[in-house]
Amino acid sequence: MIPRSFEYFSPTTLDEAIALLHKLGPDAKLLSGGQSLIPMMKLRLVSPEYIVDINRIPNLDYISETDGHLRIGALTREHELESSEVVKTRFPILSDTAKVIADPLVRSQATVCGNLAHGDPANDHPATMLALGATVVATGAKGPREIPIADFFPGLFTTALEPEEILTEIRIPFPPPRSGGAYLKLERKVGDFATAGVAVQITLDDAGACKNAGIGLTNVGMTPIKATQAEAFLNGKQLDDATIQQAAELAASESQPMDDIRGSADYKRDLVRVLTARALTTALGRAKGGA
Amino acid sequence: MAKVPIKVTVNGVEHSTDIEPRLLLVHYLRETLRLTGTHIGCDTSHCGACTVVMDGRAVKSCTVFAVQADGRSITTVEGLEQDGQLHPLQDGFFQEHGLQCGYCTPGMLMTGVAFLKSNNNPSDDEIRHAISGNLCRCTGYVNIIKAYQYAAQKMREGGA
Repeated sequence: MIPRSFEYFSPTTLDEAIALLHKLGPDAKLLSGGQSLIPMMKLRLVSPEYIVDINRIPNLDYISETDGHLRIGALTREHELESSEVVKTRFPILSDTAKVIADPLVRSQATVCGNLAHGDPANDHPATMLALGATVVATGAKGPREIPIADFFPGLFTTALEPEEILTEIRIPFPPPRSGGAYLKLERKVGDFATAGVAVQITLDDAGACKNAGIGLTNVGMTPIKATQAEAFLNGKQLDDATIQQAAELAASESQPMDDIRGSADYKRDLVRVLTARALTTALGRAKGGA
Repeated sequence: MAKVPIKVTVNGVEHSTDIEPRLLLVHYLRETLRLTGTHIGCDTSHCGACTVVMDGRAVKSCTVFAVQADGRSITTVEGLEQDGQLHPLQDGFFQEHGLQCGYCTPGMLMTGVAFLKSNNNPSDDEIRHAISGNLCRCTGYVNIIKAYQYAAQKMREGGA
């Protein structure tokens, strides 16, 4: 399959890229990993007139730790996230997520920031970033601005990015002591989108009660969903089995799945319940284990 | 649409070509350079038959534009054998009967070349995960895993 023709630009600085987006307008698309964009162009679901390839811009490929935040640059590949030591030790939820995105070959090209910027509710990082309370940095002509992840997905395949802005960085606060998280996804086969996925990140207080909970849901609605009722319910509670089950039922009730080839809406809603309970149990174990 | 010049090193040989930006890397390799060892399978990023190594990373060449390979180094299955000597992984597929129809084999080999470079002492489980983006409809994967293990051992012994 061959995409429609387009004009190709490969800027070598961020300023140049932003100027190009400004000049070319909404008919331009950014190319980073291309593992969602190129398949869509081949199927002619999208046919941008202009492609602005940001892969030649230096210093956008990093995972760094500064000011209590993990920072992930625009060109950091999923593969790099998967093999990062700090991610493995401090953000097991991110390791869980990276490992179940597409397959290893796709992950050697695909970028973490692209997984968010694509705005697809079937992508896996949105739920994880919702659970972690991440912030994205959007850089445009007026410089960088921070957008809380909870405000980043206003609608289907839509993000809070302005047409001339580039998602240049994801910032994730380092979890305090006694924190743990997990991402669980059911997929029909490797490389498939989630039938449903659940991301959970919790922090316990000195008495072992839940001080803070973040819960994100994958592919069970028009946007990635933050299960705010389940999160609020967990606050201040000891995470015994009954509490976990009740939170899981709340999360299921907050999902808005539709019938499709991956299953009925009822099945997916129940899957959210099961995965939330399992993810909470794993997160709790990790929080107690100090991970 | 205007063509753009690219310079790509493929199996150690530099090629300068003017191409349409929409040309996919797999079509560039097969049709422009006539290196037909790289196969097109599903053409939708699922099967891995088109896998090549670009700057050390195994990628699906049906999901990369040729223009993205400008200035980069590509290895295809044609670049594995050196001076009449099969690559240890090619030898492994031969010794362990790692193929039947052979369609997925170039992709399986290129995934393995990149993978064994980062891990030359893998468990069977690690190999299964490494090849989870490459589909084989003949072998049931068992002999492919044996072929990877054969190559890994050879590479450990050879210090490669």
